[in-house]
Amino acid sequence: MAPKFEKAKAVEKEHAVVDGVDVSGHWNRMFEQRVIFEYTPELIEKIADIPNAESFANCYQCAKCVAVCPVDVVGNYGPRKLYRYAQTGMDLTEAPELWLCTTCANCLRVCPKEVNMVKIMPAAREQAILDGKFVPAELQQAFENTAKSGNPLGQPQRKRDAWIQSAGVPVPIIKDLGRKVSVLWYVGSYPSYHPRGIDAAAAAARIFNALGIDFAILGKEEKDDADSQRLAGEKGLFEMMTEQNIETFNKYEWDEMVVTGPHELNAFKNVYPKYGFERPVVHYSTFLARYLDQLKPMLKHPVNKKITYHDPCYLGRHNGEYEAPRKLLEAIPGVELVEMQRNRENGYCCGGGGGGMWMDSFTAKHNTTMRLSEKRAMEAASTGANVLAVACPFEVSRFTDAVKSTGNEHVDVLDILELLDRSMRGE
Amino acid sequence: MSNDILVITEHMDGKFSDVSFEMVGKAKELASALGGQAVAVVVGGGVSSNVFASDSTIHIDDAALSNFNPEAYGKVIEALVKEKSPKVVMFGWTVTGMDVAAWLSARTGAPLAAYAKDVRVEGGSLVVSSQAYGGKLMAEVAPEGDMAIVACLAGSFPVEAGQGSTAGTTMASPVDAGSLKVKFVEAIKPAGGDVDITAQAKLVSIGRGIGGKENVELAEELAKALGATVSASRPVVDAGWLPRTRQVGKSGLKVKPKLYLMLGISGAPEHLEGMKSAELIIAVNTDKKAPIFNVAHYGATADLFEVAEAMLELL
Amino acid sequence: MNIVVAIKHIPSIADDLPVKGNNVDFDSVDFVLNEWDEHSIEQAVLIKESVGGTVTVIGVDLIGELDNALHLALAKGADKVVKITADDPAADSHMQAKWLSEAIKGMGANMVFAGVQASNDLDGQIGPMIAAYLDMPYIGGVSSVEANGDSATVNKEFAGGAGAKYAVSMPFVAGVQSAPKPPRYAPVSKVRQMAQSATVEKVAPSGDADVRERPLRILKMAPPVVTGHAEMIEGSSKEVAAKIVELLKSKGLA
Repeated sequence: MAPKFEKAKAVEKEHAVVDGVDVSGHWNRMFEQRVIFEYTPELIEKIADIPNAESFANCYQCAKCVAVCPVDVVGNYGPRKLYRYAQTGMDLTEAPELWLCTTCANCLRVCPKEVNMVKIMPAAREQAILDGKFVPAELQQAFENTAKSGNPLGQPQRKRDAWIQSAGVPVPIIKDLGRKVSVLWYVGSYPSYHPRGIDAAAAAARIFNALGIDFAILGKEEKDDADSQRLAGEKGLFEMMTEQNIETFNKYEWDEMVVTGPHELNAFKNVYPKYGFERPVVHYSTFLARYLDQLKPMLKHPVNKKITYHDPCYLGRHNGEYEAPRKLLEAIPGVELVEMQRNRENGYCCGGGGGGMWMDSFTAKHNTTMRLSEKRAMEAASTGANVLAVACPFEVSRFTDAVKSTGNEHVDVLDILELLDRSMRGE
Repeated sequence: MSNDILVITEHMDGKFSDVSFEMVGKAKELASALGGQAVAVVVGGGVSSNVFASDSTIHIDDAALSNFNPEAYGKVIEALVKEKSPKVVMFGWTVTGMDVAAWLSARTGAPLAAYAKDVRVEGGSLVVSSQAYGGKLMAEVAPEGDMAIVACLAGSFPVEAGQGSTAGTTMASPVDAGSLKVKFVEAIKPAGGDVDITAQAKLVSIGRGIGGKENVELAEELAKALGATVSASRPVVDAGWLPRTRQVGKSGLKVKPKLYLMLGISGAPEHLEGMKSAELIIAVNTDKKAPIFNVAHYGATADLFEVAEAMLELL
Repeated sequence: MNIVVAIKHIPSIADDLPVKGNNVDFDSVDFVLNEWDEHSIEQAVLIKESVGGTVTVIGVDLIGELDNALHLALAKGADKVVKITADDPAADSHMQAKWLSEAIKGMGANMVFAGVQASNDLDGQIGPMIAAYLDMPYIGGVSSVEANGDSATVNKEFAGGAGAKYAVSMPFVAGVQSAPKPPRYAPVSKVRQMAQSATVEKVAPSGDADVRERPLRILKMAPPVVTGHAEMIEGSSKEVAAKIVELLKSKGLA
């Protein structure tokens, strides 16, 4: 397929006149005639013309973003560079760079021009998908799994609540309960299916039971939030799942929804309102922090560990929750909480956001020296911590792999839910 | 115009398929009701045509037609039909008959009744019972006009009634092989390496109800616990969830195991062709009206996953 | 390579099929794309991807709801979609094949694909009929097509993995049993985009006079008369499982 635009070419000039003013170098300013490059703006405009990607054109190359971009730390990337590449002939919609951004939003935090990659990337990716451009095969598989099985792992829908057996406590299904509950707990795909995710789900179930919370789950009716699929460019899939999910959520009576994952929080709290769903949704850390007084006496068994906490991008930067997870960790007797150098607003990214969860093999082949999760695992180990605490279901599996591959097996990767549960039960 | 019935027989590797004999037997019955003859038609060389209980047999004995060629067979049969003006032309609704029957219908303007389970003469006219919509409905149809084409599902009539011996009249092929646009190149043998499901005593067979590739594992676990092998209906194979060597049915293999445990197979006629002579057929399906329950020895309207999981616990 | 894919919109057999008069009660059933058509579309797009060309998908719009299937085809890589506005849910294969042939006639197709069969092919499949009406050769039960110049190598399946390879001169009609690969995933974004932006070409049905002359008259349609019925095992899934296991054990099969 022929590209819509000829690749931009830099034109070298010794003299240039812009709006009647000769901007060529002057003898008394320079030892030599300044060489002026003129770039065609088509490939920048091509991106900026896509609805929601307009801010791509705002970049004035200050490079503040590159300093905080987690991908640049392990490779050669960053929004400024994307702009520059586009200037020199890269069509982002067909470049591998299109798929490296994790939408972690740290660039947006520092950008003086509000170049918003969290909007640009999904829009440009969707354009690539619509134009039939290259899409990493593993990502397409996750899309297809979500569409067909209701979860990106491709696990059977009928097994969505199979994890309940490992909880050892009652986990009511709202359909069977047939009454209103105060908390509808949206478990999420990874806590429902991933072996390490299930550990966190079971821990949450035990904690909710111990606190006497009137909760229920959707069971086999629950389907993926598809927010990361949206950020990876499959907005249509997201909308399809959203329509189904909202219908399911509204079928039952409940006061508040608690989600295990920050991505689900982002979807239900920040995106679903556009589709007509506006009901209270909180992350489990925020929710449990409300019960600290009740929780503390239950945390009877010391967890004598040096723990460092990784801020999930979609809990922290995207949704402003930095303190609740730390309060929960500090409530556990014996815990010594240490911070990594990059934390809170400047927290590093695990690489799983924006579809990165399903593109590890692709990313590894494109200008990255290691996975973001590996970089982070090394940072965690360098604090001397022996536990890396997380609060996002993507992270448990990612960091568990990363501590192994970087030779830091002595660092345990545990969800805050698992740590609370251990302190309650004394394991 | 005649009241004869032409039966287009089928053979491969020198052997006639059962459906050929089934149709000849049925044709004799119809011919006597219509006052015509049952004529077996054998297209192609390399086969002895003196095996049918037909009133007569026409053998277009041409080595160039030994391998099935839809274009050549179509033209040969079309020429024969023009010459003989039969009342009925019978095909098998098979991988070869399906290529020619509807083509002949469109060429000649004669109506075609496909998926035929039964053919009879009522008040001098032909009435065909056809299995439509995957076996969910039976249709009684009346082909109108001078000639009717009927394509019969294999296994609808007894084989024995068509077996006998009638010496064939040999005819030359009216088709110039050189002018054909479809040319047979070579036979493709089944890929080896996988288990032979026709040799298994027990099969756990899965259909569309299995939902997705991720659920095949459950069937495999159950099969293992039973000492059985997993087979499947066509949609499962077409979707790539199991290899083609595991497919039971018209376009797959015919099996006759001691146990055929069916999970999520509705029982389309194409599938039934491949398994209905199994010794013990047990079907689990959520659709209480699934046609398979008319064929199975035991059935249950239940969730196949729940049943399979519960069985695993007991085995 | 100019490939035309003729599709069929058929009553879904996933649910009960109510009967009205002597035919299906078309008002109370869902219409779906014939499942084999997904394979013929996939086969067409695979050829386009390997040797270039255009894929046109055409179908008879029986109830005014064919667009979804056509948008999906576009999302999977079809270049052009056409619907024949028949508005006659009872149109049989002969009528559909005639209309399709009339519409396909002027398209200059090198290959025409159709699903090898459909569950409502009571009067035969459209593929061989289109071939007859367009005076092209037909080959069905096809599991792969490779285009080489003005001919194609076509694999036809017989049974149990056996088959044969044919060389077929273009133009021809193939009845596709399965594509070499399972039908691809169409991004939902793409399907939705097509639904908003794509043009579905409309063609009025023509050439039906001579096929209506000698129809296959349907006398009656009804659920099959049950001659033998399975002995039904009642109870919960657990009870069913227990009874099946018991049965198998009693017969020495477990």
